[in-house]
Amino acid sequence: MKEQEIRGLVADVKEGTLSRRSFMQKMAAVGIAAPLATQILIWNDVAMANATLQYKPTKAGGGGPLKMLLWQAPTLLNPHFASGTKDQIASRIFYEPLAGWDKEGNLFPQLAAEIPSKANGGLSADGKTVTWKLKQGVKWHDGKPLTADDAVFTWEYAADPATAAYTTGSYKDITVEKVDTHTFKVIFKEATPFWADPFVGVAGMIIPKHLFGEYKGAKSREAPANLKPVGTGPYKFAEFKPGDILTGERNADYHVKNQPHFDTIEVKGGGDAVSAARAVLQTGEYDYAWNLQVEDEVLKRMETGGRGKISAVPSGDIEFIILNTTDPWTEVDGERSSVKTKHPTLTDPAVRQAINLLIDRDSIQKFIYGRGGTATASFVNEPKQFKSTKLKYEFNIEKANKILDDAGWKKGSDGIREKDGKKLKYVYQTSINAPRQKTQAIIKQACQRAGIDLELKSVTASVFFSSDVANPDTYTKLYTDMEMYTTTQPQPDPERFLNQFTSWEIATKENKWLGRNVSRYSDPAADEAYKAAQKELDPAKRAAYLIKVNEIFCEANVILPILSRTRIAASLNNLSHDHSGWDVDSWNIAAWYRS
Amino acid sequence: MATYLIRRLLIAIPSLLGISVILFTILALAPGDPFSEMATNPNVPPEVREALRASFGLNDPIMVRYLRWLSNMAQGDWGFSFASRINVDDLILQRLPTTLFVVGSSQILALCVALPVGIYAATRPYSVFDQIANTLAFVGFSLPTFFTGLLFILIFSVTLDWFPFVYRSDIAATGWRWYWEMFRQAIMPITVLGLFQAASYTRYVRSAVLDVIRLDYVTTARAKGLSERRVTIRHITRNALIPVVTLVALQMPAVFGGALVTEQIFRVPGIGSLLIDAILANDTPVIMAVTFVFSCLVVLFNLIADILYGWLDPRISFS
Repeated sequence: MKEQEIRGLVADVKEGTLSRRSFMQKMAAVGIAAPLATQILIWNDVAMANATLQYKPTKAGGGGPLKMLLWQAPTLLNPHFASGTKDQIASRIFYEPLAGWDKEGNLFPQLAAEIPSKANGGLSADGKTVTWKLKQGVKWHDGKPLTADDAVFTWEYAADPATAAYTTGSYKDITVEKVDTHTFKVIFKEATPFWADPFVGVAGMIIPKHLFGEYKGAKSREAPANLKPVGTGPYKFAEFKPGDILTGERNADYHVKNQPHFDTIEVKGGGDAVSAARAVLQTGEYDYAWNLQVEDEVLKRMETGGRGKISAVPSGDIEFIILNTTDPWTEVDGERSSVKTKHPTLTDPAVRQAINLLIDRDSIQKFIYGRGGTATASFVNEPKQFKSTKLKYEFNIEKANKILDDAGWKKGSDGIREKDGKKLKYVYQTSINAPRQKTQAIIKQACQRAGIDLELKSVTASVFFSSDVANPDTYTKLYTDMEMYTTTQPQPDPERFLNQFTSWEIATKENKWLGRNVSRYSDPAADEAYKAAQKELDPAKRAAYLIKVNEIFCEANVILPILSRTRIAASLNNLSHDHSGWDVDSWNIAAWYRS
Repeated sequence: MATYLIRRLLIAIPSLLGISVILFTILALAPGDPFSEMATNPNVPPEVREALRASFGLNDPIMVRYLRWLSNMAQGDWGFSFASRINVDDLILQRLPTTLFVVGSSQILALCVALPVGIYAATRPYSVFDQIANTLAFVGFSLPTFFTGLLFILIFSVTLDWFPFVYRSDIAATGWRWYWEMFRQAIMPITVLGLFQAASYTRYVRSAVLDVIRLDYVTTARAKGLSERRVTIRHITRNALIPVVTLVALQMPAVFGGALVTEQIFRVPGIGSLLIDAILANDTPVIMAVTFVFSCLVVLFNLIADILYGWLDPRISFS
């Protein structure tokens, strides 16, 4: 979608001739993700929509216990140390950010009085300053009032490298200034189109200065509040056993009227995803189970009991294949897959194009992932305004064969194509996970019919996703011809997500393979578009730049997207919950209720 | 006796040191690192990961890390968990009561089943009862606990809906209700573990009794005109149980170490599930502490078993 068209649509929304929802859908159709679409509307001063759960109870409390089951148990409760989703979910019950992301990628104010916009003076014209207003009358669980000092302190705390906060990326390059007791400014060094990162969502939870003040920097581990959270959230902390159970009770002073509905909350951890689904769907022991990476067949069978239901929401996570254009089998200066080398056969665009045609995405979705994913040819799929409309996928063995024939790859006596003595034989690696091994098998079969031989390799997930410099099997080393995994898009805006397509992020020995560009492929045009997007304040232009980055990599057939993943959760039939793919499951837990 | 004890304790020190070196080296050589979850998250800059590795001392050579661990351990500092950033000894103490209760009860259940069945079967070898007991013991011994555990869940939780299959360490109830809930949730894991253990104990008890029952003093006791009951209990069982007592003593470390698989299936928050979680998260300090405590217990109970043996059977001398 061109910039002009997006502009036209925004105008339609403003005039009211186009609903917000259909705007989002149109954007989605062209590959612009919902959070970005929302940002486009905010920048153009269109009021925020509300896609949050409608709250029905007329008084707070009286809902009895709410029991959540996380099959990975939370191990710590400091939101700025929370390394995994499990810890983020647990700390979000007690702490809140200024705003969260709803399921359509809209910003929803939590501790903020309102979402900053150009109209209310919250966003400066140069894109460098955001002014946030805190909600009045919010109290910490110990009765002290929430003020701008707490927000300023949260920034100091997370930005300090000695604190070793996992959220530091959102805070280290900004400055925060207090304006008055309930107002503060976030100042970016440069014009920042995606300003809704610090103090928003998972990384944005505000911590009390009066309890953490002494424990900034190197002493951060010693803070008693790390294990006994005092926040502003709907539930007060009761008891925590790391790796086992977390309990809380209703916060009678919660700042939203009539919320929360439940009297106590219990988060139990441990076990595995399948039995977690069973404890909700079949035996009803628990109200809610999260992140059910279980084959859809199994879930459907459990659902037939009629006790619970499955909720699937779109997210930005993408399952994809990388075709390595560097040579993984030759060592240069102590590393394989060095950018100084060229892959003997995968540098031929025809081969890469043929492999892309040999992925039966529809079958992979239908028979393996079910509700867990949507077949796609675009790397960025959500929010819809960032999705490329140009990219299409196709499964066509004949066409692949023809392309390879035309490019001069002839089948040898063993049925494998070759040219100049080089055979189309590849090692295809992924992590150990049942759906992935099935996907590997489907692709291997199709490739066989086109004269390409794939050797399947699977690596234990804890090794594959580690950053162990000494191990050759980590995903960032890419010591293989093909590799498949899922990468997460942490926030609705895909700018940071797309840095894996830039040349300065290429993983090499020099940066200890910590670079985010695992494919090692780069294109000056993509670099340029990415840099332009970083500065561009006009959301429509910016979306167009980011879409271009995505398209360059997908059209080169270096990145072969397979499925846009959805997040799956199970709940009892009588539980109304607010599950969002852009924030943690407990982001709006205050509004959950039982009918 | 005292010199024997001192000698054994002195021998234990180098063997424990050896064990700790091996454990530490294997863990250091094992692939993976505790920050893998951050690796796929673009919001965490690589520098943060590096800073954390450095602050946790993961970039030092293995030897340095081992010596640091050893000197801290000697001073009673067990280190802190990378995953939860709290002290390892606190973590272990939190988990210990549950494991002691569940695994301990299962051992008691196992003995309650194995002793009568094994003795009765041995006094009537090759009878119908013996055949049935033997077959069942064989079946029980061959079925792994993860299989029986899942079977129990399917039958008693999913189909019959009698018991919950998620174990909770603190139950929100008081008085009799608390005991009733505790019983309901603990019965499945205890039975699964207990029956498995009972199967192997039964075979031991039976063969131990069979060994004794043919001895001359048993015939003498019968010839004196003692009742069969008295002969079995006073003369046969007491002597037959000597090897069984040793066996039970050697099982004791497991009571502290927890049951890896069963704890995972029923979500019992014990030492076993702590160890599994720590291994999956590459949480080295916790793995080290749990495995090292476990090896200390093994060494200790070996010693206790040896001493018990000598006490029960005066023919064995320690000099």
